[in-house]
Amino acid sequence: MKILVPFKRVPDPATTIRILPDGSGIATDNVKWVINPFDEIAIEEALRIKERLKTGEVVLMTIGQSNWQEQLRTGLAMGADRAKLIVTDKPLDTLTIARVIAKVVAEEQPRLVILGKQAIDDDSNQVGQMLAEILGWPQATFASKLEIEGDRCTVVREVDGGLETVAFPLPAVVTTDLRLNEPRYASLPGIMKARKKELKEIPIESLGLDLTPKLRVKELKAPPKRQAGRKVGSVQELVKLLHEEAKLI
Amino acid sequence: MSEAVDQDILQTLRRFVEHDVIPVASDFEHRDEYPQALVDTMKQLGLFGATIPTEYGGLGLSFSTYARIIEELSRGWMSLSGVINSHLIMAFIIANAGTPEQKRRLLPGMATGEKRGGLALTEPHAGSDVQSIRTVAKRDGDNYILSGSKMFITNARHGTMLAVAAKTDPNAKPAYAGISMFAVEKNEHGPTVSRNLKKLGYKGIDTCEVVLDNLAVPAANLIGGQPGAGFKQVMSALEVGRINVAARAVGVAQAAFESAIRYSQQRVAFGKPICQHQAVQLMLADMGTRVEAARLLVQNAASRKDAGQRCDLEAGMAKLFASEACAKISLDAMRILGGYGYTQEFPVERFYRDAPLMMIGEGTNEIQSLVIARNLLERYRIN
Ligand SMILES: Cc1cc2nc3c(=O)[nH]c(=O)nc-3n(C[C@H](O)[C@H](O)[C@H](O)COP(=O)(O)OP(=O)(O)OC[C@H]3O[C@@H](n4cnc5c(N)ncnc54)[C@H](O)[C@@H]3O)c2cc1C
Ligand SMILES: Cc1cc2nc3c(=O)[nH]c(=O)nc-3n(C[C@H](O)[C@H](O)[C@H](O)COP(=O)(O)OP(=O)(O)OC[C@H]3O[C@@H](n4cnc5c(N)ncnc54)[C@H](O)[C@@H]3O)c2cc1C
Repeated sequence: MKILVPFKRVPDPATTIRILPDGSGIATDNVKWVINPFDEIAIEEALRIKERLKTGEVVLMTIGQSNWQEQLRTGLAMGADRAKLIVTDKPLDTLTIARVIAKVVAEEQPRLVILGKQAIDDDSNQVGQMLAEILGWPQATFASKLEIEGDRCTVVREVDGGLETVAFPLPAVVTTDLRLNEPRYASLPGIMKARKKELKEIPIESLGLDLTPKLRVKELKAPPKRQAGRKVGSVQELVKLLHEEAKLI
Repeated sequence: MSEAVDQDILQTLRRFVEHDVIPVASDFEHRDEYPQALVDTMKQLGLFGATIPTEYGGLGLSFSTYARIIEELSRGWMSLSGVINSHLIMAFIIANAGTPEQKRRLLPGMATGEKRGGLALTEPHAGSDVQSIRTVAKRDGDNYILSGSKMFITNARHGTMLAVAAKTDPNAKPAYAGISMFAVEKNEHGPTVSRNLKKLGYKGIDTCEVVLDNLAVPAANLIGGQPGAGFKQVMSALEVGRINVAARAVGVAQAAFESAIRYSQQRVAFGKPICQHQAVQLMLADMGTRVEAARLLVQNAASRKDAGQRCDLEAGMAKLFASEACAKISLDAMRILGGYGYTQEFPVERFYRDAPLMMIGEGTNEIQSLVIARNLLERYRIN
């Protein structure tokens, strides 16, 4: 079974993010870039499906600049078979991203597309859903368990207040939640093999899509500084403050 | 090997160290518990085959890359670098001096970590003076019968085999010409691991006393097939060990330095972060400079080894300087952390206890100095 895993490159969650003075974006010097953690879970799941079925192909893709190759190589080192880099240096909105992925799906004809439920940089949580809609495929978002039997897929979803189990025919789109699996490290032999795997660069213009964004980031702002805590003298005072100041009760 | 691949390898190691090692290292160390899960991950990562040639299933990494791997592992926990050190020394001996049949039979299993090796040179009464070992190997038909005892043997309990130094000719003159190396695979007859030693640091990993009680070892396991070649085989392999130990020292020193420079920016005394007191700055500057110098000496030795040259002098200098730097830096880090540095609230006490091993293991620093001086006198001889 062929599985397509699209991913996004994001700043390492351990990096301290600084916003540019004009609010147009984040300062990218000294930022370490990694595969979006939810997408990394998607890669791991695709590899596990392939290992379970003992057959198939895991194809990675991302949409970005030429140096995003580095993260594609990391995914190849984890065990994916080949990779596609749709090259652009323009910022794209989520709908455009979903359309680009749909183009790759049309060419690759995978049975399953797995991707993160959201990217940890701007937390949109939209691409998977939009992609399924464009393709007219079933979708299962926030997967915490995934099973495939023949041409059917069963997914346990994390929803408010519990778990929901859905079953649907393939092809389909699945987005991953945090608890689906624990991604493996790229092994040293994997890293060395990754250099020999196919990594194709495709200029985005060749896809013939309208890339004009419908969505524009107006401004980024750091969250307000947390104020220092305060000690109160008595329960009475606490209740009074919760009522009058915090307006919580 | 390309720099890009090296970077990928180090990035994977860094993740492993940050995510899996650092959070648990001190706990395991204080309990002196073998970190089985970490060792299993090291096996999955492929580290047991790091420097084993690719034709035998290893990664064939350069010693320069290897040194950076060891530094990174040791930055997390020095004991982990010991798990692969004597294993890879044994593999180096087999790869360089073994017969083609021995290489084919032993190296592929070592590369995956299924077979795990160690090195048994030291004896209760003979460490620096390897030539005076008393373990003997007597030919008996298709076997050699080994008897003697070995001391301080790392990986003896968790390994599956050992490269054992023994005298096939106890009366040889000079004595070293009577020493041979054997690849001894463990079986129900031995070697017997009689006890684990309790250590100041370098805990979690097994360092043991080993007894060879008339143990029959197939003659096919005499490394290289010819008796009397053991001493030379070991000396060349110990350069690998010295690079490992020097790189460990850099890793521990780096960890101590990082703890100190972070803490110094958080701790306030007399109205300002202590990093703004000149006395602390002088220490930080000295520590940072020594770590960097040590790292460069290690890289220098490793790249000579990569070029196929002997690196007695360079590896000796790297090991001597890096281990002394590490001991000083870990003590300075303790000074900077003040009272907390002396407690188990911070890992600095562990770095401080781990550091002295690097001054003793793989040839004491006094012996290193003798080797360095001999090489220098040779190089600068005036008549
Ligand atoms: C934790 C640990 C792990 C080890 N793992 C292994 C292992 O896996 N395999 C293995 O074979 N060995 C191992 N060793 C042994 C280690 O290599 C020896 O301890 C080391 O070589 C020193 O030998 P020694 O302890 O017998 O000291 P000695 O040789 O007795 O030295 C004692 C002191 O005398 C000094 N000295 C000796 N000869 C001279 C000289 N000619 N000139 C000046 N000074 C001299 C030394 O520098 C030292 O200060 C390990 C040791 C430790 C502590
Ligand atoms: C085992 C143990 C037992 C102890 N028992 C007791 C006890 O019974 N009672 C008690 O009261 N205390 C006790 N202490 C605390 C001990 O006295 C303090 O740890 C010690 O005074 C150092 O203070 P600190 O740890 O806060 O270090 P800090 O004062 O935070 O110093 C950190 C670093 O900054 C440097 N530094 C600080 N100020 C300056 C400056 N102006 N210029 C240059 N450098 C500076 C220091 O030299 C040090 O290197 C104990 C500590 C230990 C470890």
